[in-house]
Amino acid sequence: MVNKNYVNENMNIVIVGHVDHGKSTIIGKLLADTNSLPVGKLEQVKETCRRNSKPFEYAFLLDALKDEQAQGITIDSARVFFKTDKRKYIIIDAPGHIEFLKNMVTGAARAEAALLVIDAKEGVMENSKRHGYLLSMLGIKQVVVLVNKMDLIDYNQQRYDEIAAEYNRFLTEIGVKADSFIPVSGFMGDNVALASDKMSWYEGKTVLEKLDLLKNKQDVEYQAFRMPVQGVYKFTAGGDDRRIVAGSVDSGKVKVGDEVIFYPSGKESRVKTIERFNAPEIDEDSVGSASGFTLEEQIYIARGELACKKGETTPQVAKGIKTKLFWLGREDLNNSRSYFIKIGTQKVRAYLEEVVTVLDAVTLSKNARQSVKRHEVAEVIFRLEKAIAFDKAESLKENSRFVIVDNYEISGGGIVVDSLEEEQRQLRENNAGVYVNWLESAVTKEERAVRYAQRPALILVSGKKDLGQKAFAKYLERGLFMEGRNTFYLDLGDAFQNIDTTAINATEKRNENLRSFAKMSSVLLHAGNIVIVTVTDIRQEELDTIAAAIHKQSVKLLWVGDAEAQDLHIDLLVKEHETKERVYSKVKKMLIDAQIIFQPYDFQRGSA
Amino acid sequence: MDHLTKLENRSMHILREAYANFRDLGMLWSIGKDSTVLVHLARKAFFGHVPFPLIHVDTDYKIPEMIKYRDNHAWQWKLDMIYGQNIEALESKKTFPHGNCTRLECCRLLKTEALRATLNGTGPRYRMNHETGGYELENNPAPFTGVIVGVRSDEEGSRSKERYFSPRGQGNDWDIGEQPPEFWNQYKTDFAPGTHVRIHPLLDWTELDLWEYILREEIPMVSLYFVKGEGKRYRSLGCWPCTRPVESNAGTVEEIVEELRSGKFSNIAERSGREQDKEDGGGLEELRKAGYM
Repeated sequence: MVNKNYVNENMNIVIVGHVDHGKSTIIGKLLADTNSLPVGKLEQVKETCRRNSKPFEYAFLLDALKDEQAQGITIDSARVFFKTDKRKYIIIDAPGHIEFLKNMVTGAARAEAALLVIDAKEGVMENSKRHGYLLSMLGIKQVVVLVNKMDLIDYNQQRYDEIAAEYNRFLTEIGVKADSFIPVSGFMGDNVALASDKMSWYEGKTVLEKLDLLKNKQDVEYQAFRMPVQGVYKFTAGGDDRRIVAGSVDSGKVKVGDEVIFYPSGKESRVKTIERFNAPEIDEDSVGSASGFTLEEQIYIARGELACKKGETTPQVAKGIKTKLFWLGREDLNNSRSYFIKIGTQKVRAYLEEVVTVLDAVTLSKNARQSVKRHEVAEVIFRLEKAIAFDKAESLKENSRFVIVDNYEISGGGIVVDSLEEEQRQLRENNAGVYVNWLESAVTKEERAVRYAQRPALILVSGKKDLGQKAFAKYLERGLFMEGRNTFYLDLGDAFQNIDTTAINATEKRNENLRSFAKMSSVLLHAGNIVIVTVTDIRQEELDTIAAAIHKQSVKLLWVGDAEAQDLHIDLLVKEHETKERVYSKVKKMLIDAQIIFQPYDFQRGSA
Repeated sequence: MDHLTKLENRSMHILREAYANFRDLGMLWSIGKDSTVLVHLARKAFFGHVPFPLIHVDTDYKIPEMIKYRDNHAWQWKLDMIYGQNIEALESKKTFPHGNCTRLECCRLLKTEALRATLNGTGPRYRMNHETGGYELENNPAPFTGVIVGVRSDEEGSRSKERYFSPRGQGNDWDIGEQPPEFWNQYKTDFAPGTHVRIHPLLDWTELDLWEYILREEIPMVSLYFVKGEGKRYRSLGCWPCTRPVESNAGTVEEIVEELRSGKFSNIAERSGREQDKEDGGGLEELRKAGYM
């Protein structure tokens, strides 16, 4: 008998609509009439109402926050758990007040289907339409329209038909097809959990019956494999030497032996194993899975890459994107400041290039202006600091979705409709000035290498704060110098960390510091030196920026202390308590292996 | 994909996002079933490792078995274990069991206050030394900027309105009216200095889901959850003066699942044995606004 009530399927449903059209009441009634409330809950709420001389409302079962009960409105989406014989539901009760639109979006984005409530007495209102529009942007395809408060219009069929027709016209205009329309009374319970005996003219389903008929999202296994990389883990504890590429599979599937390619870097390798903990071994993983795999050939990749499969549709890689978005920020979206765009696990600085059209989601009228106000929907073009990998909405919706962060807050979201290659070229040209041209020098790099018996290299000594990096670096400088090498030591200390990473201009500031540091080391490197630099807790993105700016010169990262938490390409890992002499000999071995230092060419013997 | 795997995958995704975005990340482990499942999910997300410290707020009134369980598993699973305490309140006996304050005030001092001080590094933190198995006072504790917590939506009203990534202000406070939007696997991972973010990977799980998952994954639970002869077991764990066991016959995980699915607890709220909730008008909203879990 253990499995008698066992339900193995679940589904998220959101209930939306204009404020006061009775969403919470319908859900409250649904819970009460299906005996889904905990024992004593109904009595407790009724008692609270009696003591506060307030008429009882089913909505109080959901509007748990004190402010919500005091003001009689839903402020934030609540999750309600509810079960039928078919499946478990999480019903998300979204607020209808325009002030809380971001909470409605939050609730709705988690759902696979929506119940949209319209008050029969008030008719179609602003947020009935706005919510309808947002549902389509959020990608919710199944919409059931509930015409509520039928008791207040004496269960009048004509009025019901008018409302249904009016709303259906709006939905058709925005390209949405309603699954069905149901006349209900949340207050009286008509057609909610039980069929109404007051509307014999209605022959359709009740809300409860309808829920079980909705379809759960089909997993899209047949689509191209996409897995945004969340991190590359190498946890050394307990002798674990696996290097695991971890992420959630957004579409398609991947199997051991598959050739994978990462974008935007374009690096390739082959899947060696699929890794799991406390689960049977598998050789294939697919959409929906929080996955992880090791690679045959070790390539350097990090969080932010998009794992794809060779031979399948390739994603777009671009620095310019055309998007369709909704804006939730208090401040307008405009070109006076920069934003961050987050897509998959990529996060890149974005600048508003052009507002193509602004659309009023209620009247559907178009507007040409160069800013987007709160609660508006618009088509806009962004210019990005770095190229990102994505799919266009028409080919793979899941991987076209992004959000915009404005001053710490997620302030908008949307889908990428097109990639603008032209943009990319222009940006490259704009950035060209950053690099200094060193071709002017009359002595070549090779001539210097032969003279000094060394090639230029940048050795970054990093790790958590105060683990003796400076002492190691000074010892290195002294040692190399004593051996006749040309070397120079610079201490950057906390130069990058001191910048408040969340301040509005943090990235610019850090990039500025990075660039001036890179320029300085570039001079020293071109002069043929081995430059040793100490810097606290360097990040991969900083390494990448430095590596790009000094133009293919050698960069070696020496990390002091534990590094298991870092997505970092480390060349040499040493413990904080190792002796300076030991660290020195390790560094020397590394420099010899990388052919950075070598024996002077012996002209007599004709060999090194 | 069955519903437990779906829940598991989402939680693992959230844990990995938290790990990637917060340098000073920790996870609260109350030794109860929820946060113990969370520890297990972390081990799954990170392939057998838990790459951040686990934090326990020890009120000194925890049932002794819980502390034993904590130390055994922290050692066995090689967890970076930390605990914190409100020493001042305990020494001056400002507690409910001493009769010196109400249950709510006691909760505020021994849990909310202790938690706040442990998280921001102003209170003492004791860290497990894996060589001796004992705890040592930590020097210069750094504030946590990301804290993973095992709260669930179905526990009580204010928790049903939580975000997966939920910002807390300078004073650890929660501004319910101004919660950030959250959609399409994108969370609030950017935060102003001095603030921190609570991360809630278990929001979509129900009590029944948890026990079904404990059964499937064979996660060891502290024995207080099971009946051992006297016909009583704990359904929700807290401090002994304020947590009452419930009457039950369930002695195994299977029996608990059955009890929740169709047995005597299928429609009785889980926290009905927690006395402090009743002082807050049936909810935890006031405690939670001030920083309670």
